[in-house]
Amino acid sequence: MSEAARLIPAWSLPAGGAGAIAVARRWPDELTREWAWGGSTGRGARVCVVDSGVETDHPGVGPVQRAVVVEARPEGEPAVEEDEEGDLCGHGTACAGIIRSLAPDCELTSVRVLGAGYTGSGGNLLAGLRWAIETGADVVNMSLSTTKRQFAELLHELADSAYFRRTVIVASAHNMPVESYPWRFASVISVGSHEEVDPLVFYYNPSPPVEFFARGVGVDVPWVGGGTLRCTGNSFATPHIAGICALLKAKHPDLTPFEVKSVLHATASNIAAP
Amino acid sequence: MSDDVHAAVAAALVGSRERYRALLSSIAEVARAIFAAKASSILLLDQEEDELVFEAATGEEAPRLVGMRFPAGTGIAGWVVGTRQPLVVEDVAADPRHAHEVAQATGYAPKGLMAVPLLVDERVLGVLEVLDRQTTFSLAEMELLGLFANQAAIALDLMQRAREAEAILAGGGELAAVARLAAAVDALGEERRPQALELLRAIDAVLRS
Repeated sequence: MSEAARLIPAWSLPAGGAGAIAVARRWPDELTREWAWGGSTGRGARVCVVDSGVETDHPGVGPVQRAVVVEARPEGEPAVEEDEEGDLCGHGTACAGIIRSLAPDCELTSVRVLGAGYTGSGGNLLAGLRWAIETGADVVNMSLSTTKRQFAELLHELADSAYFRRTVIVASAHNMPVESYPWRFASVISVGSHEEVDPLVFYYNPSPPVEFFARGVGVDVPWVGGGTLRCTGNSFATPHIAGICALLKAKHPDLTPFEVKSVLHATASNIAAP
Repeated sequence: MSDDVHAAVAAALVGSRERYRALLSSIAEVARAIFAAKASSILLLDQEEDELVFEAATGEEAPRLVGMRFPAGTGIAGWVVGTRQPLVVEDVAADPRHAHEVAQATGYAPKGLMAVPLLVDERVLGVLEVLDRQTTFSLAEMELLGLFANQAAIALDLMQRAREAEAILAGGGELAAVARLAAAVDALGEERRPQALELLRAIDAVLRS
């Protein structure tokens, strides 16, 4: 079936139409990590880091293929423009470094939505995420969230559109017991922290809304100024899962977000053989 | 009743200023005790000035610290307010987010700390910091501090509302009379209170008729 045919919305299936939507099974009977991302370096997968920017040429990150900044305008939608500022606070560089440590050859795009004061508007966050989805990112890392309910509905719509457009959004759960978005939505992959040191150990959580736990305590990450910093928090667990998703999408580009989530579930460290 | 009247009446009843300070001190002291830390402090956000203000602290430096102000984006506390996320720092001096000038001004340079935002719905009231403990923070302790901070933020929010209402009382506007009345009735002994309430009910009936 062609990609174009797949994109035509089908609201019903006419009699005898099943043949037209035949889809080859994407994975073997036994779904292993070797099948999922063995041999993958992330080459071919495009990852957007929606954050504070990424320091260019940081040895812990490597080349950043593109960097854009979202800036509010007096009227209308915020503008998305090429960015030469790098990273204003370090957080985005840290996330990019973790992703590259797992998927060294993935294509990185920095989408800067946070300013120097570590803050950003919900409007800029929405515009940055929309840009990442519309430019066809395979994976979006969102180690941030908003507590503002006024943005929840629009974020929800964006997350659902990404889900159907094959963009995997990996989003940090808040580090405190508070409501924030978009990690709460089922169409994204939400991540919290565990305390182990292996970057490839991750757990499926049978009690959502946090769906996966990844390494997030005492992580040595690249930071602004060419240095490193030891960090703790879900912000740093999230890019571990984003990196694994980049490996997956590089090796199996046709996987949809729900298939990616299924593969993560099947290959999680706590899923025992039947 | 309008919110202002609610607030003015509430303020008249809680006698907020002293209890507000006591609440702040109690939060800081309990946080220090829970985590067996050397010290703890609370910085609240002054939105008008866009500054963080030390409102409570434990330990020897406390009297000197309380009242000190810094620009809201400053240092680790500024990061926590900006991101609304808690932060664990094991080596404060090596952290680029640390404001060395603030540590110098306060006369106390912590080695390690955990800072957590005080959140009420969509607002951030300030930061609670727990400084220098013997062991590093585990995820379970982060969660515990988050839960404690949420409880503290609810109490602080209530007290802050009452405190704002003090301004209404002090202003002597039309609403101040209502609040003074509420405070006066509250202060009456058991013997005279029923009469006062009866009088108020009569006034209420006249005003509604």
